Amino acid sequence: MELLLDSLFNGVAIGSVLLVAALGLAIVFGLMGVINLAHGELMMLGAYTTYVTQLIFKLPILKPFYNSYIIVSIFLAFIVSGVVGILLEKTIIRKLYGSPLETLLATWGVSLILQQFVRSVPLAYGTGLVISLLIGLFLPTSFPSKIKESINFKYYKFSSWLFAALTGVLTGSVISSSVSKLSRASARNVDVTAPSWMRGQVEIIGTAFPKTRLMIIVITLISVIAITLFLNQSAWGMRIRAVTQNRQMSDCLGISTEKVDIITFGIGSGLAGVAGVAVSLLGSVGPNVGGNYIVGCFMVVVLGGVGNLLGTVLASFGIGIMTDLIGAGRLLSIWPDMPLPLSNTINFFATTSMARVMIFALIVIFLQFKPTGLFPQKGRMVEN
Amino acid sequence: MSLSKIKFDKKIVLSFWIILIALIIAAPTILPVFRLNLLGRYLSLSIVALGVDLIWGYTGLLSLGQGIFFALGGYCAAMYLQITSSSEFPNNIPEFFALYGVEKLPFFWEPFRSPVFTFFAIWIIPALVAGLIGFLVFRNRIKGVYFSILTQASLLVFFNFFNGQQKLINGTNGLKTDVTQLFGQMVGSESMQRLFFWITALLVIAAWFFAKWVVKGRFGNILIGIRDDEPRVRFTGYNPVIFKTIIFSIAGGLAGISGALYTVQSGIVSPQFMTVPFSIEMVIWVAVGGRGTLLGAILGAVFINYAKSLVSEALPASWMFIQGGLFILVVTALPEGVLGWIQGDGPRNLLQRFGLKRKIETYPSLEVNNKEGNNE
Repeated sequence: MELLLDSLFNGVAIGSVLLVAALGLAIVFGLMGVINLAHGELMMLGAYTTYVTQLIFKLPILKPFYNSYIIVSIFLAFIVSGVVGILLEKTIIRKLYGSPLETLLATWGVSLILQQFVRSVPLAYGTGLVISLLIGLFLPTSFPSKIKESINFKYYKFSSWLFAALTGVLTGSVISSSVSKLSRASARNVDVTAPSWMRGQVEIIGTAFPKTRLMIIVITLISVIAITLFLNQSAWGMRIRAVTQNRQMSDCLGISTEKVDIITFGIGSGLAGVAGVAVSLLGSVGPNVGGNYIVGCFMVVVLGGVGNLLGTVLASFGIGIMTDLIGAGRLLSIWPDMPLPLSNTINFFATTSMARVMIFALIVIFLQFKPTGLFPQKGRMVEN
Repeated sequence: MSLSKIKFDKKIVLSFWIILIALIIAAPTILPVFRLNLLGRYLSLSIVALGVDLIWGYTGLLSLGQGIFFALGGYCAAMYLQITSSSEFPNNIPEFFALYGVEKLPFFWEPFRSPVFTFFAIWIIPALVAGLIGFLVFRNRIKGVYFSILTQASLLVFFNFFNGQQKLINGTNGLKTDVTQLFGQMVGSESMQRLFFWITALLVIAAWFFAKWVVKGRFGNILIGIRDDEPRVRFTGYNPVIFKTIIFSIAGGLAGISGALYTVQSGIVSPQFMTVPFSIEMVIWVAVGGRGTLLGAILGAVFINYAKSLVSEALPASWMFIQGGLFILVVTALPEGVLGWIQGDGPRNLLQRFGLKRKIETYPSLEVNNKEGNNE
């Protein structure tokens, strides 16, 4: 019983990282039919945001609030990855609408650039760049409508970008002069240390659970609830669902699909950032950190089906629990005296990498019976 | 993508061939062995690019997992070389087995003692694996992005498997072919590398003609039909599953040959051939060269890899930026690739823009519209 509980918890912990990472991917894929190969790198940006926030909170002014840096970094990571995602949508993905394979390749190019960017640009100036992007993208939209409609709006826009660039350079140099660790570019992995209240373990029903894992589960839970509420209760959520179901009809009814695309992509990317915070708690952070999770996320999307959050949730927990059951060879300890050939097979697959092999085989078998995932979209259509 | 392409002048084609053959004959004597070896490697990569072009450029299936078949071919060739030159090691099996306490050759490597079997295995095994994966996926009408993701996932699965199995295939270290013997000579020696270069060059041309033969005629038309409108092909009475499976396993076989050639020229095969970036790179060679043009795939593979080695020698950090930019650029600005652009309307449009070439006369209505547009 205890073993089973342990296994279940581990599975849920693995699954919740997958879930928070795959959530954004699934929403964007459901809406636009686009797979974002840079999703892993957006996670990486979130993880680096956590690192930068941690270092900034070590400064004397912010030292008293050091323990709460992880909470702040969740919001910051959401914003950073979201802004980069919005920029990506505005510049590249929008141009490739209707050709998902081309989008796949373009986003791969973006992911390469982001990886190399983190390696060769000091994090302080990276932070400055993100801040200037943030200001440049959002300052013009916050002007009063009188200015927005005026013929000189482009000059206002230009000057706000100028202001944004100045602020970015300024913050970049301030950070780089005050935090020495951020002032040099390095390809080495960095470590995020959890604040003291998150270290150690909690005992529930006689089993010890690490607090960081519990924190990740809490983050996931909050993200899922927030997204569900947003999609089902808010006006923009309703518009997003409408466009997901029928883009042309929603367009005809006056929903700005362009805005819906931007908002969805921003939220999806932001969720990748939140996932990055979770990932940074699990191990060291490097330019390739996203790549370890991205294929798992794809599997979740394939298995869960499109346009249904429940499918995503079930698929990620299913994969998480299976990974733990197979990878740690737990079936053997739950059922010790199974016949020899079976136990040999299980031992053969009882490593993390071999568990992936097994799970992929299981997914392919599953797709033979349900090709469109757990919860396929209903409706009569031939293709597409 | 338009089907009608401008036919090149016969003289141009003939001189192209003369130059090509002259280059292939002359290369081993002109180039130093290091550069020759690099060129040979890039040429062998162009065979896998041909396969990618067949499935992506002609059939519209974007596979991100060609590395599987590439590496399988490489492993077949490398294991044969290792086994045949292992007579002085204990138990007559390759040296690395002793490290893991394996005393008997694993049963599935037994047939690789025979050169004839290996010769066929290099392309048949990858083709069979590709056919199996393809059939299981296509049977369920999984396509588009889903297909790409599944191929990428299977690539990762193979990577994990090959990376983790030390006792069977030497795991992450891979199999070395440098110091093995073939025809009584070291594989890594200069004369053998020259030989491999010629074999590669011949096989590239053979593969090119084979691919040309595949895409011409009714079979090729169905492939293009599947790319452009698959439901329509199905409603016309063809079963796309069969055609997709066949072309996918052909591409797999080509990848296997390519992998074997690449392995003997680079001196090692390892799970690194199955990493995700390498397989996506194969797609970008085709995309830059021009998908749907077979020559474009070959040229793309050779030139991009050449550029990669040049840039990496000079500025190692910048290659990732260049490559990333290339992905974005070719997809957004040059979707037909360089050769597709040249063969299509590209150059004429460019010349017209600078007023160097007269606009072609098309339908009268179009002309009128254009003139109105100019007057405004």
